[in-house]
Amino acid sequence: MIDLLLSPLSYAFMQRGMAAAILVGILCSVVGCYVVLRSMAFLGDAVAHAILPGVAIAYLLDGNLTVGALLAAILVGLGIGFLTRQGNVKEDTAIGILFTAALALGVALISTIRTYAVDLSHILFGNILGVSSGDLWLTIGLSVIVLGSVILLFKPLLIISFDPVLAATLRLPIGLLNNLLMILLAFTIVIALQTVGIGLVAAMLVTPPATAYLLTRRMAPMMFFSALIGIFSSVVGLYLSFYYNIASGAAIVLTATFLFVLAFLFAPGRGVISQKAHKSRVLRG
Amino acid sequence: MDELNKMFENLARLEIDHVYAGYGNNLILEDLTFQVPHGGQVAVVGPNGAGKSTLFKVLVGLLPVKKGNIFIHGLPLGAHQDCVAYVPQRGDVDWKFPVTVRDVVMMGRYGRLGWLTRPGEKDHQIVAECIHQLGVSKLANQPIGELSGGQQQRVFLARALAQQPHILLMDEPFTGVDISTQEVALNLLEELHKQGVTVLVSTHDLNMAAERFELVLLLNRKIIAFGPPTEVLTPERIKIAFGGKVLFIHGAAVVDECCPPEEQDNFGARS
Repeated sequence: MIDLLLSPLSYAFMQRGMAAAILVGILCSVVGCYVVLRSMAFLGDAVAHAILPGVAIAYLLDGNLTVGALLAAILVGLGIGFLTRQGNVKEDTAIGILFTAALALGVALISTIRTYAVDLSHILFGNILGVSSGDLWLTIGLSVIVLGSVILLFKPLLIISFDPVLAATLRLPIGLLNNLLMILLAFTIVIALQTVGIGLVAAMLVTPPATAYLLTRRMAPMMFFSALIGIFSSVVGLYLSFYYNIASGAAIVLTATFLFVLAFLFAPGRGVISQKAHKSRVLRG
Repeated sequence: MDELNKMFENLARLEIDHVYAGYGNNLILEDLTFQVPHGGQVAVVGPNGAGKSTLFKVLVGLLPVKKGNIFIHGLPLGAHQDCVAYVPQRGDVDWKFPVTVRDVVMMGRYGRLGWLTRPGEKDHQIVAECIHQLGVSKLANQPIGELSGGQQQRVFLARALAQQPHILLMDEPFTGVDISTQEVALNLLEELHKQGVTVLVSTHDLNMAAERFELVLLLNRKIIAFGPPTEVLTPERIKIAFGGKVLFIHGAAVVDECCPPEEQDNFGARS
């Protein structure tokens, strides 16, 4: 059994992949708590897709693909915030317009490059076993920035998310904090692309926090449990991917989904079964 | 007389000077000028749409003034970050958020704590006292979503108390809540009076305004009258403020509107 777990780690690419998967698991799950509580799932998905033109331009200019992705994610995220604040366009409409435009631009650019096919599939579906040591260091650096910000700014971010009226009376810079959260989300998504790819980033942002929400009643424990679930899904998913030759991103997301279904059914207090039992107790008096 | 005015000004904690406010092109408050002395308790009375909630939103900085000035302790609005607390008519929050009663009340301390400091012994003690004072100690560890409407209102009052404000604004705290929550809110007013906290409470209950408050601001977009209830709440003035919506039965005024509709809220903080 131990051998079963350790033998994959004798490969350097597996070690790097495991480290990246764990970091992504933690990061997505923690930042995802805000995504879930503030109903930003569509936004997260949109930003992930909007990265494509950034990657394409970086590729055409022979630049760093991750930096290109990061810039595109931040630009689109802030652009959506800007459009929404003008008051003429609803947020989900603004998201729909900007993310499809960015995606179309990405497709248009990529269609001009013939040799791009391989790298493109990595962007779409992730390629955790192709994580280079440079990628890993970048992931570590961005993770420290994002987690540090979430911990240091826990109080102001909690207030702007829970009660914007209190935030305004306490004179918190609401716009600035919202933009900061947007940038943290963009960092997280770009890091997560390596493991799960564009198509499945939203799952990593939403599923572990949604599972943790069913199991906890306070914000900090929710973030902690969410991170644990993210780590567990990433590690188990990666082993499944190694032994059964499944795409790593898909294996990670399916593991997380399985945990969510368990919590949805069996969570004490909030799970379906516990609520049914409670109802029948009430009915019987 | 000038001397006296000057003294009054020095004592004033809250000074509103020719203030105009509204949403977009729609002017709701016109030329309000009044001063509330140190520790004064004011009932803000007026019909629906008179601008009671708008006045509070302006005072707390949720809505900018179009013209005029507001001074708190002689300094313009916004110079003090934590001395005005506001309890909205119905907290416009996500009730499914994973926070307990204690967490919500602790948020009242955040203004004083700053962004990076963790709550200390003293903060926990103040939070526990405020929770106790509003009679929700047993619920301290409950998620706020599991509370009744009256209990939720008490939690928001406890949070305002934990802010240790110099000025407390309460929007219709006696509307749509159970009798015991009303009683708790009234006791709270007395306690705040002892502490010298300046309080503005909006209400449509003329009798409560007359019995429980030393000052009444009769408002209908403009100030109809401001002063002690016996001077302000005269049948003539009430008629001016409320128009045809008021009945006099044996000298007691009854207003023909009980539950004010949710005021249209053009303010989008969550963008």
